[in-house]
Amino acid sequence: MDAEIKKNITDPLVDNNPITWQILGICSALAVTTSMNTAMLMSIALTAVVASSNLSISLVRNHVPGSIRIIVQMIIIASLVIIVDQLLKAFAFDTAKKLSVFVGLIITNCIVMGRAEAYAMSHPPKLSFYDGLGNGLGYSVVLLVVAFIRELFGAGSLFGVKILPLVSEGGWYQSNGMLLLPPSAFFIIGLLIWAVRSWKPAQVETPTYKIHEEVNPQLV
Amino acid sequence: MGLVKDILAMPNDSQTKTVVVASMLCLVCSVVVSTVAVGLKPQQEANKALDKKRNILQIAGMLREGASIDELFNEIEPRLVDLDTGEFVDDIDPATYDQRKAAKDPAASRALSKDEDVASIRRREKLAAVYLVREEEELKTIILPMHGYGLWSTMYGFMALEGDGQTITGFGFYEHGETPGLGGEVDNPKWKALWPGKQVYTGAGDVGIELIKGTVSGSTPDAQYKVDGLAGATLTSRGVSNLLQYWLGDMGFRPFLNKLRQG
Repeated sequence: MDAEIKKNITDPLVDNNPITWQILGICSALAVTTSMNTAMLMSIALTAVVASSNLSISLVRNHVPGSIRIIVQMIIIASLVIIVDQLLKAFAFDTAKKLSVFVGLIITNCIVMGRAEAYAMSHPPKLSFYDGLGNGLGYSVVLLVVAFIRELFGAGSLFGVKILPLVSEGGWYQSNGMLLLPPSAFFIIGLLIWAVRSWKPAQVETPTYKIHEEVNPQLV
Repeated sequence: MGLVKDILAMPNDSQTKTVVVASMLCLVCSVVVSTVAVGLKPQQEANKALDKKRNILQIAGMLREGASIDELFNEIEPRLVDLDTGEFVDDIDPATYDQRKAAKDPAASRALSKDEDVASIRRREKLAAVYLVREEEELKTIILPMHGYGLWSTMYGFMALEGDGQTITGFGFYEHGETPGLGGEVDNPKWKALWPGKQVYTGAGDVGIELIKGTVSGSTPDAQYKVDGLAGATLTSRGVSNLLQYWLGDMGFRPFLNKLRQG
């Protein structure tokens, strides 16, 4: 049992990472990674939601009618997201303001639904909780790495604290404005996936089709 | 309890169980969500009010380390102004007046025609909350709320003017969704520092203040009315110019500022 809990937590960090391996939750990873503060808060919010949604869905799993399964999951997830959103607005107002709509959008984050359907529906509550926690942390790791690169090289700061003095404020560092725009997150996540798959070749997918070898028409 | 057991024992896909499970789930979730929402409301309202006060103080340059925001805000006198006549309105408490809600309420706002709507705000509230700072009975600072559309978002901010209603002492936005690093540079302290000392109205009485492309230098004509545009953010810069034009003009605070000047 303990070994399985450990596996549920550590597996999604790299080997089965929801972003780099399952390629889920990309949209919010693009949107909230311009600064470490927002990425951190989003990570905490999402981890809390996945863990508790996995737990609650697993608790009721034996009594969920198959025909309304997805709706039941959605209602539970949506309620949890509203609660998290309200808590953030009450206790982390400034950062919550920056996250604005993205906290609400956790509802549609594929990781939450994905784990509920793929794991919590068929596993006991304790294991499901840890699975949610692990996947939330896996998401957080990627988010924080991306935010670290974007904030440091895009705005010259980390957690809002100036690290590289900007030219526009009298320093020497010419910031890379592109890193602050959403496409840069695509590039960074793409490079991350490449890096992880070079490190762990087992993750490389077999191509779904191959281009046919060129046939010399004169020989036909 | 027998009933609950009976229902739980039903096959999951029976119609009765589906209906019962769905309604119970909705009931439980709605109770939980509304409890949280109602319970946290006072805290959230307090956060919002404090945030607004901090913004006003910041733009008026009155924010000091170590002093509590509520304490500092006591030096400020909030008043409501009828934008059409420029008169103070005293029968509504400025502390409870929600200007943003009013801008959407057909009874408390007016729709703007295309020609009037320079700042792309569609509707304008009838009453605006202004904040006055007096020093020994003399009007020292006038803080005016302003908003208008930039590139992606409506930008909400304040402008602080000296008692003469002509010289700017501070300008900035407290809420916007412009591109970070480009239009988002409206939050750059260095850019905000360009505003103090600029003049609002030209000799002829027109709104002179505007953003220009590039940098204002000593050789720029009428430099007292010009502020540097934001590099790489033409549309945000234009939005800022437009909202200044609107809110300082006849549809905005000009009637009020004229009244103030006449005493």
